[in-house]
Order: sequence, then C-alpha cells, then structure tokens
Amino acid sequence: MADANRGTRRGFLGAAAAGAGTLLLSGCRGLSETHWFPKVLDSAEGLTKRIQRLFAGSWSLAPEYSKADLSPVFKANGTLNPGTTAYNMAAADNFRDWRIPVSGLVKNPFVMSLNDLRAFPSRTQITRHDCVEGWSCIGEWTGAPLRLILDKADPLPKARYVVFYCADPMSDNGDYYYESLDLIEACHPQTILAYEMNGQPLAIPHGAPVRLRCERQLGYKHAKYVERIELVESFAHINGGKGGYWEDQGYTWWAGI
Amino acid sequence: MTKRELFYRHTGMVRALHWINALCLLVMLMSGLQIFNAHPALYWGQISNFDHPFVSLFGEQDNAGHIVKGVTQIGHWQFNTTGLFGASYEDGQLTARGFPDWVTLPGPQWLAMGRLWHFFFAWILVINGLAFITYALVKQHAQKDLFPTRADIRHIGREILDHLRLRFPKGEAAKRYNALQKIAYFTVIFVLGPLIVLTGLTMSPTMDSVFPGLLWVFGGRQSARTIHFICAFSFLGFFIIHIVMVVLSGTWNNLRSMITGWYAIEPDEKETSHG
Repeated sequence: MADANRGTRRGFLGAAAAGAGTLLLSGCRGLSETHWFPKVLDSAEGLTKRIQRLFAGSWSLAPEYSKADLSPVFKANGTLNPGTTAYNMAAADNFRDWRIPVSGLVKNPFVMSLNDLRAFPSRTQITRHDCVEGWSCIGEWTGAPLRLILDKADPLPKARYVVFYCADPMSDNGDYYYESLDLIEACHPQTILAYEMNGQPLAIPHGAPVRLRCERQLGYKHAKYVERIELVESFAHINGGKGGYWEDQGYTWWAGI
Repeated sequence: MTKRELFYRHTGMVRALHWINALCLLVMLMSGLQIFNAHPALYWGQISNFDHPFVSLFGEQDNAGHIVKGVTQIGHWQFNTTGLFGASYEDGQLTARGFPDWVTLPGPQWLAMGRLWHFFFAWILVINGLAFITYALVKQHAQKDLFPTRADIRHIGREILDHLRLRFPKGEAAKRYNALQKIAYFTVIFVLGPLIVLTGLTMSPTMDSVFPGLLWVFGGRQSARTIHFICAFSFLGFFIIHIVMVVLSGTWNNLRSMITGWYAIEPDEKETSHG
C-alpha cells in the first residue's frame, strides 16, 4: 500500500518535472511571439528606469578616459552612409548648407547651421561607447551641449521629450532613423550634438555632420546624421510610437542597461 | 534493524525560493546566451580589441559565401566546433551563430527579445536571492547549515574520497550538509551570485556613471562582461554537478525533499550496532 502510494507520488513528481521542462523549452519561443507576454516582460523596463534614475539622477557623469585609452579602430555600426541623393549632395559640398531646425513645443523655434552649432561653447569628452550587442569602443567627441540649444529654443512647460530625426533611411518604405531622449537625459552635461570625433570633423560612417552623444545610454540612442530636432509631449504619434527606430523594432526605450 | 527515518529537511520558504531560483537561472542562462550571440566574442579591459578577442565563436565562409565551418577561438588556439559553437544548424541550414538555437532563449536570433527576458528575470532573481539571504541569515539557516566550519575544512580530504567512491552519509550525518556541499552552496550563494549581479551592472552605462568604482574593480567593462560570462558557466558547472549528485544520492528522495520538505534517511549500520 505504502509502495503503491509512493509509486503514484513518483509518477506525479516525474510528470510534473517533465511537464515543466517541456513547457519551458517549447513555450519560450511561443510566448515570445504572443501579443501579451512581451508586454509582461517589458514591465521590467519601467522598474529598471526608475531604479537607475533613482541612483543616477540628472547629474551622475559617465566615466571619461584619456587619449591613451582611445580605441585604435572605433567600430562604425548601423548605417555607414545614408546614400540618399540629398545626403550625397550635402556631403559633396562638405555639409555647408546642412541646417538643423529646432521646433515643436518651444517658444523660440530656430534653424541652426553648422556654424551656428560651432558657435555654442563646445565640450570635448573621451567616453566609452557601449553597443547593445555587447562591444565597447572609446572615442573623443567635441560638440555643443544639447542643453544650451534647448535653452535657446526655450521649451514650453508641456515639452517632455526631444526627438532627433536623422538623414539615414532604414528601409525602402520611407522610414528614417530617429531617436528620443527625455529632458533629464537631454540636459545632462555630457549630452552633446557632436561634430568632431578624435579631433577631426565627424566622418560619414560615424554620422557626419552631426550626431548625438548621450553617454549614460547604449549606442542606439546616439542618433547619427541628425537633421531635425523637435520637442514633443509624447512620441506615441511618431512612426511606430515607441520613441525610436530600434525601439519600434522591440528594443527598450530606456537604454541605460 | 532500525527503520528508515523521514526527516523534515527544507522549510516551505526554502523550497519555494529554490524553485523560483532554478527557473530564473535557467532563463537567465538561455537568454544570456541569446544576448551573447549578438556579438559572440569576449575581451579583456575597457574596450573591444576586435582583432584580439580573448574568446571568439565565429562561422567560416567558403568562396560562395556559404557558412561551412564553426570555429571556437580561445587565445591563439582554434577549434573546429561546427554544429555546436560558431556555426550550427537552424532549420536545417548551417548558420553563423555563437551558441546553437536549442540553448538560446528565444531560439532564433532575436536580441531585443532576449534582453526583455533577461532583464525581467534578473529582477526576480535578485529579489528572490535577497529574500533567501535575508531569510537564511535571520533564521540562522546560513550560520547553522551553510557556512563551512573549521571541522568541515579538516575533514575535507576524507569527504572528497567518499564522494569519489560515491559513498554518501547515512544516519545522523545525512541530516547535515557535508563540507563539499557547504563550500559549493556557500560559494554559489555568497560569491558567484553577487559577482554575476555586479558584473552585470558594470555593463550598464548608467550604473557606471553612478558607481565608476565597479569598472576599476573588474578591470573595465569588457572584462566585466567576460567575468559575467565565466560566472554564468560556473553556475552551469554547479548546476550539472548538483543534478549529478541529486541523481547519484537518490533522485526521488532528493526531489521529494525539495518539493514536500521530507527526506528519507537510511539507518547507519554502525550507529545501530552500537544500539
């Protein structure tokens, strides 16, 4: 009797273990493809952001390095050349007519030329670029603190995000790269619109003529080929509605980890 | 002959935390391999010196551009690991990927989804781990059962021999963890666990801005990534030995004790002969 009971119990434990194993292995792919489960997983993003912001606030500075630490080869990733007719023409002309409108929820919308950008007090920083894929490179960046540009534009109280529209097409469907930061990250002292890398004008593979550097975030936030800046209350109406090209492909908007 | 004794070995709290932990570790390992596959190479220092990875898993192409070989490179050595590391079969097609699709979560190359799994379960793992450590310290479980004692260290040679002969404790001795178990559990819970969390945080650019000391401790972000990976495989090594020992020392008895709490102890002949 006791043995029979033990048999049933063993049977139950065995079935439970096998069931759990099968569920886990076969279920993960299926779960990933459902509509609801990634949303459950994604709920951790808000928690991660809140906790990281609790520690980092608006002030913590990304480590800065020395010239001796510069990567011998800084890997260019994503778009290496936008290759559109307009971009090719601008590049041939050394981006002399490149204009960056700053608009949206601001009191003082304006259009910046590269000379205007260079006229702002500049910041040079040697920082580490961390790609979401896992690799890191160290480069030296010179540019205008985004905070100064936003100060000039004078955001309205409703403005919450800064959206960067880029010149690189990501498909044949007319969607271009874009990214967004909230005002805390946008006004961070190391967030700059960079026009020089390692002491040279930004090269095309690295986002010429202007790219974003936001050093507390992963690489995909650092939009290259920036051609328009807009302040918005919400990015839900822009493209896929997730606040960036890679965000629309399922990557988290919070790229602090 | 003395009867087999049923001994209440694990409290409900320990059992629950154990299984949550087991699920988390499995998800963390498999989603971690998915993330690793996005750039299947490891480096030492702050940056990725792409020409000199410390470890690299890559696929080799023939002239027509088809993947024909999977290579594992460790330092200067290269090994043909076709089908397993560097290149493996995905829907029947040899594809360049670090680890094969049957160990990554999700199976196909899908970094964004791997990250969602990894960072969701990371929170559960950390909360669960902190709950266990707090519980174990408050209830004296750690002090009584997990911290190795001087006597444990003295008897270690004897226990290694006993383990190699697959001779497991009976009677009273079976109610305690032996020295090797204590060292294994202690290392995993109090060394490997914190280390894998801290190296994980060191990979976060935001956390590096808050605690730049982490970079100093681990010798740079890429070193931290490499240590994170070594920790993950140490966990896997622990897991494999753990399962082997569970099977060798009585699968059902062990499994029952971690599900219901009750563990059957075989009488020790020597003890009974003493009366």
